[in-house]
Amino acid sequence: MNGEKMTGAEIVLKALQDQGVEVIFGYPGGAVLPIYDEIFRQENRIKHVLVRHEQGAAHAAEGYARSTGKPGVVLVTSGPGATNAVTGMTDALMDSIPMVVLTGQVPTKLIGSDAFQEADTVGITRSCTKHNYLVKDVNNLARVLHEAFYVATKGRPGPVLVDIPKDVQFALGTYTGPANVAHRSYKPRVKGDLERIKEAADLIGAAKKPLFYTGGGVINSGPVASQLLREFVRATGFPITSTLMGLGAYPADDPQWLGMLGMHGAWEANHAMHDCDVMICVGARFDDRVTGRLDAFAPNSKKIHIDIDPSSINKNVRVDIPIIGDVAHVLEDLIRVWKSRAARPDKPALAKWWEQIAAWRARNCFAYNNSKELIKPQHAIERLYALTKDRDVYITTEVGQHQMWAAQFYRFQAPNRWMTSGGLGTMGYGLPAALGVQIAHPDALVIDIAGEASVQMTMQEMSTAVQYDLPIKIFILNNEYMGMVRQWQELLHGGRYSHSYSESLPDFVKLAEAYGAVGIRATKPDELDDAIKEMISVKRPVLFDCRVDKTENCFPMIPSGEAHNNMILADLGAQTVSAAGKALV
Amino acid sequence: MSYDPVIAQAEIIRTHTMAVLVDNEAGVLARVIGLFSGRGYNIESLTVAEVDAQEHTSRITIVTSGTAQVIEQIKAQLDRLVPVHRVVDLTVETEPLERELALIKVKGAGDKRMEALRIADSFRARVVDTTLNSFVFELTGSPSKINAYIELMRPLGLIDVSRTGVAAISRGPEAL
Ligand SMILES: Cc1cc2nc3c(=O)[nH]c(=O)nc-3n(C[C@H](O)[C@H](O)[C@H](O)COP(=O)(O)OP(=O)(O)OC[C@H]3O[C@@H](n4cnc5c(N)ncnc54)[C@H](O)[C@@H]3O)c2cc1C
Ligand SMILES: Cc1ncc(C[n+]2csc(CCOP(=O)(O)OP(=O)(O)O)c2C)c(N)n1
Ligand SMILES: [Mg+2]
Repeated sequence: MNGEKMTGAEIVLKALQDQGVEVIFGYPGGAVLPIYDEIFRQENRIKHVLVRHEQGAAHAAEGYARSTGKPGVVLVTSGPGATNAVTGMTDALMDSIPMVVLTGQVPTKLIGSDAFQEADTVGITRSCTKHNYLVKDVNNLARVLHEAFYVATKGRPGPVLVDIPKDVQFALGTYTGPANVAHRSYKPRVKGDLERIKEAADLIGAAKKPLFYTGGGVINSGPVASQLLREFVRATGFPITSTLMGLGAYPADDPQWLGMLGMHGAWEANHAMHDCDVMICVGARFDDRVTGRLDAFAPNSKKIHIDIDPSSINKNVRVDIPIIGDVAHVLEDLIRVWKSRAARPDKPALAKWWEQIAAWRARNCFAYNNSKELIKPQHAIERLYALTKDRDVYITTEVGQHQMWAAQFYRFQAPNRWMTSGGLGTMGYGLPAALGVQIAHPDALVIDIAGEASVQMTMQEMSTAVQYDLPIKIFILNNEYMGMVRQWQELLHGGRYSHSYSESLPDFVKLAEAYGAVGIRATKPDELDDAIKEMISVKRPVLFDCRVDKTENCFPMIPSGEAHNNMILADLGAQTVSAAGKALV
Repeated sequence: MSYDPVIAQAEIIRTHTMAVLVDNEAGVLARVIGLFSGRGYNIESLTVAEVDAQEHTSRITIVTSGTAQVIEQIKAQLDRLVPVHRVVDLTVETEPLERELALIKVKGAGDKRMEALRIADSFRARVVDTTLNSFVFELTGSPSKINAYIELMRPLGLIDVSRTGVAAISRGPEAL
């Protein structure tokens, strides 16, 4: 109720409730005790999930957010609580994930005195949040909290932090509801400029070798955007590729789908990108993993770029027709304009383009030599896909080769089913993200496709999974190496495997048991299917130790600093990489 | 790679003056400065003051330099900061009006002291503090005028300079 007097802690809970928050991921400490006390008193209203490390809380909130489209909420204490959450906030910023982080702070009078567990949280997080606030007056608290949700979810989504000193949590203040909050300066544009949309429709109509290049922005825009994208792509008959972040927006089983593009993307997708004459970029940001060498990036193309964030436009690549707006809004207009216009792509030219694409496809770029003795990681994902595809399934990943194999071999048919750390590449993301997904979708099958190195960074969250009966499946492609690092050392540093061996690994099966979870191991290809089936049927958290070939590399690969038509394939063997390329990441 | 005149044109580094209207709230300047340092943009000058006490808005004037693409990015990046209301690149077609104030301390006696006074007169610098062997001059003008004045004072006993940085406004009847 507006105008009601309550304590800061009560205001926090009330605001969360009014924002429709169902779950908070958090960890208590001195500076948030009043809020925890309030949670205790209202336990039946908002669910609190106690993680084992604040980084886990942030990634869990990301998983929750990405799989639902709703903002994830995190509550942590001052000082180390806040600094531990920094990685998760940076991750959410890079991948445009809506998140609200509440941190406790030392009492206002002690700020600046190096008080116990004091950190300059707004200072530290200024560059890893979309926006942040320090609330010194309890009467601003409700407004700031509602504003935080507004900023986190509107425009290009991102993490927003609200730092709340302990005395403010105790103080009595006035509550205001969400309806009374209008932002003074932040009003992102969602409708695209109609003139530009008409120009885009004309350019699309004149294309001979067109390509849709779509990204995470389609997912951010919501399920309607994916629907409209499918409609438009089918209406045009054009090929479509996507970034890592956009997987699932367009179904992988559709004949117009070319697979992911970029550093570990499909041969056909990258070649089509290089040769296209009209590129229709929808909610993607021309990341360096995608563009490769900039001066050789799609050199003969005209580019249309739909993006809600003007700073994404012309940042890395100059485009011809920028359209600032939300994907769903712009596509809706674009489809309408397209339908009303006469210009249609030249059919014979398009047929020739598809012929060329068929030739690239025939190269069968993801082929690998399967084995009867060793489980090939690619084979493991193929089997995992075959055995889970008919279920209500969500996939998260850690970072490394396994992540890329997951992107290449798991076929996503729907949006919001794929959670991965793309921009920051945070090892340790997948396990806690799976927790967040499972909380949001209790009956779904949630699988973290993991690497044995990554998963050890946030392994302690298995304890959270057990506590809350979250039956997440951690499917570890255990190659006993930081495989992605090893691959680069093999290709770029003469095979000198400096500190990339996963020494002294725990016995993952015993580790699972120690946590009160279930451990499963597969070491031979002929055990794999049964083991995966067992994993699926177990209704408890599982650590699956899938022992795979230790030397397998992930191909295709565009070495850093190379052009799209200069890819390395598995059967071409190692190529040399230029000195300039070596210096890149 | 062959010579590409389009790319060559894009590589030219130019100085731009931007006016940024922001909410006058805690940390807003840190956000702007952090953006510049974090993304590796130049700041040649930055000034800030509240310009509307009722609305609590401040105006930040930033002089920066970069290629056309970098300038476009700087503008877009500033614009997406949440407390930013508006960003205007004042250096689009015509040069904006730019003024700076400087306080300049010169120490010396005899001929040098007389010469400093004469030059001050021709620059319309005011003497705002005098002792038997020093002056403080107050000078307003374009940054280049102030640079020129400082260079002339250097051999005459210049010992201290304080400059405000650039305040800028567009010419003509339009407001920000
Ligand atoms: C080991 C490793 C390897 C990788 N290899 C590859 C690879 O081979 N290929 C690849 O593609 N990626 C790869 N990545 C991921 C890569 O680093 C980037 O994260 C990814 O390419 C960015 O995807 P995106 O362009 O879709 O942008 P996102 O980061 O998803 O950004 C979304 C864009 O859409 C805009 N947007 C957001 N919401 C909306 C909306 N509602 N309407 C309109 N626009 C909106 C945003 O402003 C932004 O510009 C790899 C990552 C790792 C860790
Ligand atoms: C927090 C963090 N530290 C370091 C890295 C650099 N890095 C990228 S991939 C990788 C190895 C990952 O090994 P593993 O989890 O076993 O996956 P694999 O590549 O073997 O599949 C490392 C160290 C990172 N991405 N994140
Ligand atoms: Mg590994």
